[in-house]
Amino acid sequence: MRVALFVTCLVDGLFPDVGKATVTLLERLGHEVVVPPRQTCCGQMHINTGYAAQAAPIVANHVEAFADADVVVVPSGSCAGSIRHQHAEVAREHGRPGLADAATAVAARTYELSEFLVDVLGVTDVGAYFPHRVTYHPTCHSLRVLGVGERPLRLLRAVRGIDLVELPGAETCCGFGGTFALKNADTSTAMLADKMSAVTTTGAKVLTAGDSSCLMHIGGGLARLRSGVRTLHLAEILAAT
Amino acid sequence: MTFIGMPRGTGNLTGAPFPEAASEALDNAQLRRNLAKATGTIRAKRAAVVDELPDWAALRAAGAAIKDDVLANLDTYLLRFEAALTERGSTVHWARDAEEATRIVTELVTATGAREVIKVKSMATAEIGLNEALAAAGVAAVETDLAELIVQLGHDRPSHILVPAIHRNRAEIREIFAEGMGATDLTDDPRVLAEAARAHLRRKFLTVDVAVSGANFAIAETGGLVVVESEGNGRMCLTLPRTLISVVGIEKIIPAWQDLEVFLQLLPRSSTGERMNPYTSVWTGPTEGQTSHVVLVDNGRTATLADPDGRAALRCIRCSACLNSCPVYERTGGHAYGSTYPGPIGAVLSPQLTGIDRNPTLPYASSLCGVCYDVCPVAIDIPSMLVHLRGRAPKPRAEAAAMRAAAWAMSDHRRWRRLLRAGRLGRALGRRPMLPPPLSAWTRARDLPEPPRQTFRDWWDTR
Ligand code: SF4
Repeated sequence: MRVALFVTCLVDGLFPDVGKATVTLLERLGHEVVVPPRQTCCGQMHINTGYAAQAAPIVANHVEAFADADVVVVPSGSCAGSIRHQHAEVAREHGRPGLADAATAVAARTYELSEFLVDVLGVTDVGAYFPHRVTYHPTCHSLRVLGVGERPLRLLRAVRGIDLVELPGAETCCGFGGTFALKNADTSTAMLADKMSAVTTTGAKVLTAGDSSCLMHIGGGLARLRSGVRTLHLAEILAAT
Repeated sequence: MTFIGMPRGTGNLTGAPFPEAASEALDNAQLRRNLAKATGTIRAKRAAVVDELPDWAALRAAGAAIKDDVLANLDTYLLRFEAALTERGSTVHWARDAEEATRIVTELVTATGAREVIKVKSMATAEIGLNEALAAAGVAAVETDLAELIVQLGHDRPSHILVPAIHRNRAEIREIFAEGMGATDLTDDPRVLAEAARAHLRRKFLTVDVAVSGANFAIAETGGLVVVESEGNGRMCLTLPRTLISVVGIEKIIPAWQDLEVFLQLLPRSSTGERMNPYTSVWTGPTEGQTSHVVLVDNGRTATLADPDGRAALRCIRCSACLNSCPVYERTGGHAYGSTYPGPIGAVLSPQLTGIDRNPTLPYASSLCGVCYDVCPVAIDIPSMLVHLRGRAPKPRAEAAAMRAAAWAMSDHRRWRRLLRAGRLGRALGRRPMLPPPLSAWTRARDLPEPPRQTFRDWWDTR
């Protein structure tokens, strides 16, 4: 299958290893990866901070960038969620019904990574080897906006050598929330503190999730604490051999 | 869309900016322990009794649909309710806002000559600031709900819709009772504390002749009002005094008696985590020898109804499931929201009622994690509504400029790639740079990721 990768702005600029791992993984599974050159960002930060009008051209750019793709894969639950549940509405609200239809069409072909692997490709064992103790944080948007459910865990359980341990209170938000982390920094930090103590009680050496944004927040806190716990995106573990 | 003359909500619906109020609350370790314990317990109870119902999703859809029908035809239902109730011998009053509502109630009370009223727990009367207005007229309002009584005796403010004293633990309650009732022989035992409250309230039930209530539901077909409670004190207020004044938000309407079938399943399971609450009182007009008044309050509800992106907030049945599940509420408590309505629904409803200009920070008091939507028994999509409200909120100038610049870069891939490459220069800053506000808020508690040598796209191009 020819897969168009929407790498996301955050991965492109700050976490290129997550993008590389996604490419490695998809190619290892026998698929051709393309990176449509016009892509930038899904516009979610603007939409969720109250700048939907400014987001409309970003949405338009995204829709054009992926208009010809058969299938789009995103290594992010929240970006996939925004594409699926916000893009068409933003376009409609800003008087662009044609764009709204095109956005709906792109959204229908867009999958978060674990959805793509499990639902479209029908694989759970991706041939990965990762001999470490790992705990998994289901990010809010992958869990509640997309409903990825057990898919990431099924993929992780099939990884050889992995010691997968359950995260207490896993489904509680880590406190990132995009610009929430800046606008309500103290509340965000209080939520982060509780998430970090849950992570450290597991004894895991690696915390994984399907969103680099939440991992940047939790990982930034864990690094500040010198906790010895690393954060890795789900794609990085699944790509490991 | 707001029409000229549509009243905005006044009364107890605004407070200090959320971020500052929240920071203050976060410093209170005792508060956080009390809240974590209480909300944790109630979350587990709710989950158990919701999961056991195979038709929960259908009930939830039915609840939302009934409320949507009410909202779409509110004018018709309200007039039907008024006609039915008038026929049963009650007097119906209409109040535009908090001032008008408190004035009507105060006049009704003072006309009886009473110096004291007993109260059934009610959000509407808290919203309009009734106790304060009565006090100004020389009338003491006595709260009879146990948790409301704790708040009142402690000269405190409610911090939760259902359990207004959720921020207090038993030891604190003992002290409040000892002080407020002059009781000296109290222990931390819940039974001892409940008994003290019972003795205190019993005297009031038997001597006070005017009661004020709210209502959970107002049945348009019959003119009936419904109060759902746990303690039975509300029922004492509804039946003993000779004058009963009920203050009801206009969105409390349900079309017919049989609709209670849906809501009396949704509400107790969502709020207290019980299959059925201990006391449900329904009354239709005054009983013999009783005078009954019903004050229907707008206070920003019509304006909310006129907003297609906001009107679903009026479906709310005040169960408090969204508060109990919210990770922000659990850490900040209810006072930080500054409104009678705290938590996720408060972050939506308060600015909807008052207008965004009077509540500009509440729509941002959420990480948009979505758990409130999941648990809401009438399926209010609170996260999406918060995002809509943010769209209308006044923006800090520097932020707006930064967002415009980012959008300009992000809507064109050439500009965007140039910006990302420039960002790699940030490598010179290291992982713990001193960034200017608001970015300093990030580095206070978290390291920054080190910008990579090469962006993903640059790597891809070299392949
Ligand atoms: S918004 Fe929903 S969950 Fe929250 S109090 Fe209202 S009915 Fe309950």
